[in-house]
Amino acid sequence: MKIQTKADLEKIKEKGLKSLYPKTTKVSVGMATCGLSTGAGKVYEVLQNGVEKDKLPILLGQTGCIGFCQKEPVVDILEPGKPRIFYQGVTPERSMEIVQKWLDNQVVDDLLLCKMEREDWIVEGVVKDYSLHHLPAGMDGTPHYHQVPFYSKQFKIALRNCGFINSDLIEEYVARGGYFSLHKAIMNMKPEEIIEEIKRSGLRGRGGAGFYTGNKWDSCRKSKGDTKFVLCNADEGDPGAYMDRSVLEGDPHSVIEGMIIGAYAIGAQEGFIYVRDEYPLAIQKLKTAIQQAEKVGLLGENILGSGFSFKIHLFRGGGAFVCGESTALMASIEGKVGEPRAKHIHTTESGLWDKPSNLNNVETWNNVPVILARGADWYSKIGTEGSKGTKVFSVVGKVNNTGLVEVPMGITLREIVYDVGGGIPDGKKFKAVQTGGPSGGCIPESLIDLPVDFDRLTEAGSMMGSGGMIVMDESTCMVDIAKYFMSFLKDESCGKCTSCREGTKRMHEILTEISEGRGTLEHLNLLEELGWVTAEASLCQLGGTAPNPVLSTIRYFRDEYQEHIVNKRCPAKVCRALLQYRILSDVCTSCGRCAKVCPEKAISGKQRTKKEKGKPFKIDPKKCIKCGMCFEACKFKAVEVE
Amino acid sequence: MIPFSIDGQPVEGRENGNVLEVALDVGIEIPHLCYHESVKPYGACRLCLVEVERHGRKRMTTSCTYPVLEGIQVFTQTEKVLRARRMIIELILGMCPGDTLIQEMAKEMGVEQIRFKQEDKDCILCGLCGRICEEVVGAHAIQFAFRGDKREMIPPFLGEAMNCIACGACVVACPVDVIKMKEQGDERTILRWKRTLKMKQCKICGNYFAPWFQLEKFKEQAKLAKDFFDICYTCRT
Repeated sequence: MKIQTKADLEKIKEKGLKSLYPKTTKVSVGMATCGLSTGAGKVYEVLQNGVEKDKLPILLGQTGCIGFCQKEPVVDILEPGKPRIFYQGVTPERSMEIVQKWLDNQVVDDLLLCKMEREDWIVEGVVKDYSLHHLPAGMDGTPHYHQVPFYSKQFKIALRNCGFINSDLIEEYVARGGYFSLHKAIMNMKPEEIIEEIKRSGLRGRGGAGFYTGNKWDSCRKSKGDTKFVLCNADEGDPGAYMDRSVLEGDPHSVIEGMIIGAYAIGAQEGFIYVRDEYPLAIQKLKTAIQQAEKVGLLGENILGSGFSFKIHLFRGGGAFVCGESTALMASIEGKVGEPRAKHIHTTESGLWDKPSNLNNVETWNNVPVILARGADWYSKIGTEGSKGTKVFSVVGKVNNTGLVEVPMGITLREIVYDVGGGIPDGKKFKAVQTGGPSGGCIPESLIDLPVDFDRLTEAGSMMGSGGMIVMDESTCMVDIAKYFMSFLKDESCGKCTSCREGTKRMHEILTEISEGRGTLEHLNLLEELGWVTAEASLCQLGGTAPNPVLSTIRYFRDEYQEHIVNKRCPAKVCRALLQYRILSDVCTSCGRCAKVCPEKAISGKQRTKKEKGKPFKIDPKKCIKCGMCFEACKFKAVEVE
Repeated sequence: MIPFSIDGQPVEGRENGNVLEVALDVGIEIPHLCYHESVKPYGACRLCLVEVERHGRKRMTTSCTYPVLEGIQVFTQTEKVLRARRMIIELILGMCPGDTLIQEMAKEMGVEQIRFKQEDKDCILCGLCGRICEEVVGAHAIQFAFRGDKREMIPPFLGEAMNCIACGACVVACPVDVIKMKEQGDERTILRWKRTLKMKQCKICGNYFAPWFQLEKFKEQAKLAKDFFDICYTCRT
């Protein structure tokens, strides 16, 4: 069936609602990459076999990631008349236990995550309440979804459907308001009106630079030429960032819908999604979604019978970080080496194959249908003066709750780290948070009350970037962190321009010198000078932002650098060359464990026996390679690191 | 022609032209390594940095890639520009300390020491050889390979450059003169690309004057008469 009218869309919606909220009990497994990597596939298989074998009155479903990646595999149970129940950390062995107990009106206490009291259908602005009655005994104390600290401050626009729908079923996307914005845009709005709406919403590019989306669309629309392209940047390459992957796996139609609306507004006939090949599941989900949308006439020739045609191609990136840069991405699609070129003429005028091209990030496209559905006035009320809406962050590192969080712009880093993230594990002290991926900067504790928005992060020497957020505690060495990011960037710089290629290489070289005890105070000045040149003189924004990790750590943690340089000490005890291992003779019990594990035979002493007392062991500093094996092995805390 | 100014001096440039070519035309010196008038601007060496003021906003950019635009004010000698150029040439010198041209340029810019570990590369990675080979000759014999600091200009898979016609354009274009050509008997070799080709003998003077492979290719491309290259250039004129 090809959809022509709103009534056709409503019919699909009804079908989707039946599939989302069936009359039978439905058990869904979160099967995005994060779930699958912790065994969700096996959980699903066990459930499937168990339900079939005993012919249980259960429907099985699959969803994307609900964000709490640390607690995967997540399984949820939905029975009409009851709240939706979420289980966490479900193993294949215990998955049938959950189902069987549920059928006996019982729960598995130790795996309960929360009960959901209401679901927000953000596109339609509807709240679906769940009945909190008829719960199995012992569930009164189970927290509500919106009370779980990890979820309580979140506001999901981009992740609206992730974890709630099966992304392989277009009807489930439509059921939660999907493609109605497209219908509205094509049938009731002029392209200029759409652009005006996006402009008024204040939406800024979520890929990192934060350019105003409406302005970009406008300049692309106004560019001369009949052939135009819209592109989606899904070459998410920041270490530790996976927002886009989760959206593509859990809700691919939202990106496709955004792109069709954008294409209609801009006047493009063809689109490309540039997705990195390391995301096989996302690619598969996108392929399915594109086929389904084409089948029902929402994509392809004569969309909704309006005469407007638009085709989307998938292009798989070959694994270069730099191909996330707009001109390198376009060169790569053209079949050339993925290297950036000078952009004095914007890609909206001359981009892919020299045609006007509009490139937006996954999350930007994904926001578009919601803005059209709810209106720019509603959207622009969320966030801060200069940064509207919400932003998805992947919170990783030394934090209790790791996962994907979507929060309104303007929330403080403290709220993200301590409330959503649950603070620092093992009672350690918070030290810094790196935002914006490898080219972002480290923000210290003194700025933890900084509101997160595009401009404030830039002022602090970091950037929003695509949304990676790495939390560090006192056991993280800032010199080491800067060195790690520089090592990543020197490998991932395309190498075309001198300042970026040589600048990142030399910064890495100097940081290595400092971390190995050969640093001098002149090195600090040289690092700052190199950082300045790399940022100012490089061809593209990879080089333009590459020094951020170095400059921001020097700016906020100069003491720590000086400690490495002057006193040859690494306060966080990370830089191996600066560590000294020592055995405390009064604590040593002469058990000899350390000597046994030492790969260099650097530890000697006399081992105690049943008959004889031993002598304390000693480390020969000349032989010691500082591997830390003795430290790990000693059960009496007799090995000291300095 | 489009009017603008360089260091306060009014100049004019052609449409689709770039700032560097205009500056060089009127005799304003801007150091550069990867720019060559016969190929498209590339913006790799970053030496031709200038500051450009447009619509009241001033930014540093490479003059070879910056288009000629009406009313822009270009500054080639600001403190910022000179400071950045000095660091760039020091970076190149650290990579290729043996290149005489780089040594001279560094000295001229007042760079006296290299504050980094010296490497022993000879190629400055300007890419001129590859771009001339592609854009002018059309042979596509060599290309950049690898990323980041491992970047290298090489023949395919580091073997012999099978598309190379040994025309020597890259030899002439290389600003630091590290692509060497050798002729011995009836053979011409481009050492860097491991390419050796047999040469053709002139029917009149008997000199070996160009590789067979190259002449056949030119004949085919330019649809020349079969015997066009039987005689060498000198004998023909």
